[in-house]
Amino acid sequence: MFSYCLRRTLAAVPVMVVVALFVFLLLRLSPGDPAAIIAGDMATPEQLDRIRETLGLNQPLYIQFFNWAGELLRGDFGTSLMSNLPVTQLMAQRLEPTISLALLSIALSVVVAVPMGVIAAWKHGSLIDNAVMSLSVLGFSVPVFVTGYILIKIFSIDLGWLPVQGFRRVSQEGFGPFIQHAILPALMLSTIYIALIARMTRASMLDVLGEDFIRTAHAKGASEKRVLFKHALRNAGVPILEVIGTGFALMITGVVVTESVFNIPGLGRLTVDAILSRDYPVIQGLILVTSGVYVMINLAIDLSYALLDPRIRYQ
Amino acid sequence: MSLSSPHASPDVSAAIPPRRRLRLWPRQRPGWAVIVAAICLALIVIIAILAPWLAPHDPLGMSPADRLKPPSDTYWLGSDAYGRDLLSRVLYGARVSLIVGLGSALISVVVGLPLGILAGFFRSLDAVIMRVMDGLMAIPSVLLAIAIVSLISANLWTVMAAITIPEIPRIVRLVRSVVLSAREEPYVEAAVSLGSSLPTVMWRHLMPNTLAPLIVMSTYICASAILTEAILSFLGAGLGTETPTWGNIMAEGRTYFLIKPSLIFWPGIALSVCILSINLLGDAARDRLDPRLQKRGGAQ
Repeated sequence: MFSYCLRRTLAAVPVMVVVALFVFLLLRLSPGDPAAIIAGDMATPEQLDRIRETLGLNQPLYIQFFNWAGELLRGDFGTSLMSNLPVTQLMAQRLEPTISLALLSIALSVVVAVPMGVIAAWKHGSLIDNAVMSLSVLGFSVPVFVTGYILIKIFSIDLGWLPVQGFRRVSQEGFGPFIQHAILPALMLSTIYIALIARMTRASMLDVLGEDFIRTAHAKGASEKRVLFKHALRNAGVPILEVIGTGFALMITGVVVTESVFNIPGLGRLTVDAILSRDYPVIQGLILVTSGVYVMINLAIDLSYALLDPRIRYQ
Repeated sequence: MSLSSPHASPDVSAAIPPRRRLRLWPRQRPGWAVIVAAICLALIVIIAILAPWLAPHDPLGMSPADRLKPPSDTYWLGSDAYGRDLLSRVLYGARVSLIVGLGSALISVVVGLPLGILAGFFRSLDAVIMRVMDGLMAIPSVLLAIAIVSLISANLWTVMAAITIPEIPRIVRLVRSVVLSAREEPYVEAAVSLGSSLPTVMWRHLMPNTLAPLIVMSTYICASAILTEAILSFLGAGLGTETPTWGNIMAEGRTYFLIKPSLIFWPGIALSVCILSINLLGDAARDRLDPRLQKRGGAQ
């Protein structure tokens, strides 16, 4: 068990090194002078010099990389070119809205999608199954912002139940106002996730429902509900968990778009603002952090497999 | 002795399995959803090609007097904030989307296929190539595309490159996994022991195995690329705002959403129908070509 965890954890290190190398080279190898790219068309020579100085662009490439990586390891992600604040501080300010929104969406998706997938697999081939599968194809295909605007049109404009835009922090204004403002963005963010999880739950449940121990459970008189949720779902859990992890990448894309549609001051908005103002240190920091979180979530999920499924530990 | 006697001459042909062929045209009639999807996609392709003749107005022609007009005989879907005809812009938008979708699918296969075959065939290259791919996959594709576009000025080629690069690892992984299992097959061993050169083994014996899954995967990549392009445009990191792309039209429509939601809904519907059709055709192709291939990730 311990050696499995250690092996998996160590395997995540080269991935992060490649990510860092890629992010580093992206700026250095792009055509043109990096300082000029960062500063934009209106920069004065003094500004260019300042940027070259702060980024250490006058040194050889490998020294630049090691200096930069060393700063990263010490938690220094550089300084924003727009606000002159440390990138870490900018990100910390924007963390809460994004995390609360993401957690709400994941909770919503799991609560909706897992029963959907279980029922679709249970009633395999029925009208319900077809409906669930059609909805999930639809969920994949309708872009998040289109879903978002349809939701705004229905619930905010036509019915007037919910605010059109804006955000309230849980930590400052409590749970009620937060939910009121976050429920539409969370719904928007969940659609792809629900599609993905429902699909995977169904496929995984269909596999398990054909197994002998399910027949045994039925034979010994376990109730339908118990067989489905206790015997089958538990064994179908690993692929479902996996898809929640791989789906995190979709979640990040969704966050960027959702926050920009609903005007939520989170990391997604920070990303869009950074792109529009070409604030490269901020973009760099955001890519590194989201990739790091992605790698870590998938690592955590890999490790939790070992808890769910003892067979994996011995591979 | 009658010919049907089992002892006369054993039926050799029964022992040889029929040659596996890529069968693109279905033997039985496909479901109605697939037919509808095929028709929709065909329509979108025709619209993209014939846009200059179909569009009633110039998609770039502004007329300040006609700002945000409701649908009328002149402007069938109304006009946008600069007095440009919405219908014409939506029709032209199909062009960018299809070019980006097809281009990304094609380029990612052209780049990913050789990398995947090399990684699957040579142990030494495998480690290097796959670590790089793992790293690329860890970067969220839209963020990566955004970063690339924000560094290099956006034109059709850079946008396409930015969208394609994050998709390449999906092809490489797929091809590698197919090659890994195919290279243990006796016919590959036979080819090697008969002295076929390595390129011949890879191209003639290994590559054909990857075709069926590649066709399926490239439809998903096409859909995903169209979506990413729309997201980039929508966020203001795509092609110039005057270019009629579905994402750009929606991005401009955001400001006027309360007054004129159709600026977002028409391009949104076009985009959704396009992606939905491609995904449905991809699913149909998967069911036909390779039932084992699980849809992972889908279109973004």
